[in-house]
Amino acid sequence: MANAKEIKTVLFGPVFANNPIALQVLGICSALAVTTKMDKALVMCIALTLVTAFSNFFISLIRNHIPSSVRIIVQMTIIASLVIVVDQLLKAFAYDVAKELSVFVGLIITNCIVMGRAEAYAMKSPPVISFLDGIGNGLGYSVVLMALAFIRELGGSGTVFGFEILPLVKDGGWYQPMGLLLMPPSAFIIIAGFIWILRTFRTEQVEKA
Amino acid sequence: MSSNNDSISKTLIVVISLCLICAVIVSTAAVQLRPQQIANKLLDSQKNVLAVVGLLSGSNINELYNTHISERFVDLDSGELVEKPKDYDYRKAMKDPAKSERLAAEDDMASIKSRANIAPVYFAYDKGIESGELSAIVLPIHGYGLWSTMHAFLALGADGTTIKGLNYYEQGETAGLGGEVQNPKWAAQFDGKKLLDASGKPAIKVVKPGNASADSAFEVDGLSGATLTSKGVQYTFDFWAGAKGFAPFLAKVRDGALNNG
Repeated sequence: MANAKEIKTVLFGPVFANNPIALQVLGICSALAVTTKMDKALVMCIALTLVTAFSNFFISLIRNHIPSSVRIIVQMTIIASLVIVVDQLLKAFAYDVAKELSVFVGLIITNCIVMGRAEAYAMKSPPVISFLDGIGNGLGYSVVLMALAFIRELGGSGTVFGFEILPLVKDGGWYQPMGLLLMPPSAFIIIAGFIWILRTFRTEQVEKA
Repeated sequence: MSSNNDSISKTLIVVISLCLICAVIVSTAAVQLRPQQIANKLLDSQKNVLAVVGLLSGSNINELYNTHISERFVDLDSGELVEKPKDYDYRKAMKDPAKSERLAAEDDMASIKSRANIAPVYFAYDKGIESGELSAIVLPIHGYGLWSTMHAFLALGADGTTIKGLNYYEQGETAGLGGEVQNPKWAAQFDGKKLLDASGKPAIKVVKPGNASADSAFEVDGLSGATLTSKGVQYTFDFWAGAKGFAPFLAKVRDGALNNG
């Protein structure tokens, strides 16, 4: 059983020190797609965190029995099953959000974070700590996604979680929304901004040229 | 890791048992949650119908729907009301060659390729179905915009031509531009316009933004920055108000066919 310090590193390390999006630059695809609205992003974060945590857990549980020749397929099978279950749950209990997220929940299967953690961590570590590693990486992903969604929703639609903050011109207010923020490319620009800021303060993350 | 993990028999055992376990979990989830998902879908469609006739209030959607809305089916070619076909799914019927008609290119202005033979319509009764006082007819319409097929409900008055509401509930147009097709404020300008002219031809004109004249019964402003989406809306209206769409049915409505039951 891991000690308290290790748990802390595993759980909170990925938030800033080793962020899956900002440092490892994994999982960018979904970060572009689901961050136009904060509620969408939140559901996506929860779904991804759960899938990463449980796939890590199950993969770690059977890690000593996985033949290395087919390990990627075995990991994919577990991840895909979990994602389908999550997708079914969303359709049953959060239909409105599920409708908007549509294909992106299914695309968690190919999210590099899930695969990356399964291959890099869960294959070598015991189940409980792998589970926490999944939660930690999910948190790291969530922090970036929520910040991204906050900027995009506020700037692009003048709302936060659907509540109006900046009254739009078209509804009789004063704020002219920035349409670019609703398009996927804006997420690239903002993520790049995050990475820049992060690496200004944590110079050890800067890659040597 | 023990070295015999890579033996053929171990590989097969692990892979097969894993597949079996995963298959059981996935199918259990799918089967168990199915009723809930179907209920959600139905509720969502009921909500959209209620919204377009302005009856959506409170949270008990099912009850509201059952008191105010009656779902009927129309044979689009003859315009007659027909019995509900068994296990009918409109979205599936659109694409099923046995239940739909392929549209010739010149008929297919909305770019929908094929059209179901039988379409659902919803009769709305403000005072409840028992009153028998028809207040609106809701037609499902859809057509291609710039990127996506846009689905909407169009509510007409009992005269079969005055528009009472328009609700685009499913679309994948550019957010902030064409996506504004969903904006209730934009859709509100359709209220009170006439779908058909005096001779029963489709008459709604989506014009350049800002150019719709207020006293025209047919003109509405397009969406600014979304010319192709606006055109898609125009074509959708042209098609569904036309001969291949609901025109035969609406002609019967105007002749008072609905008063006889």
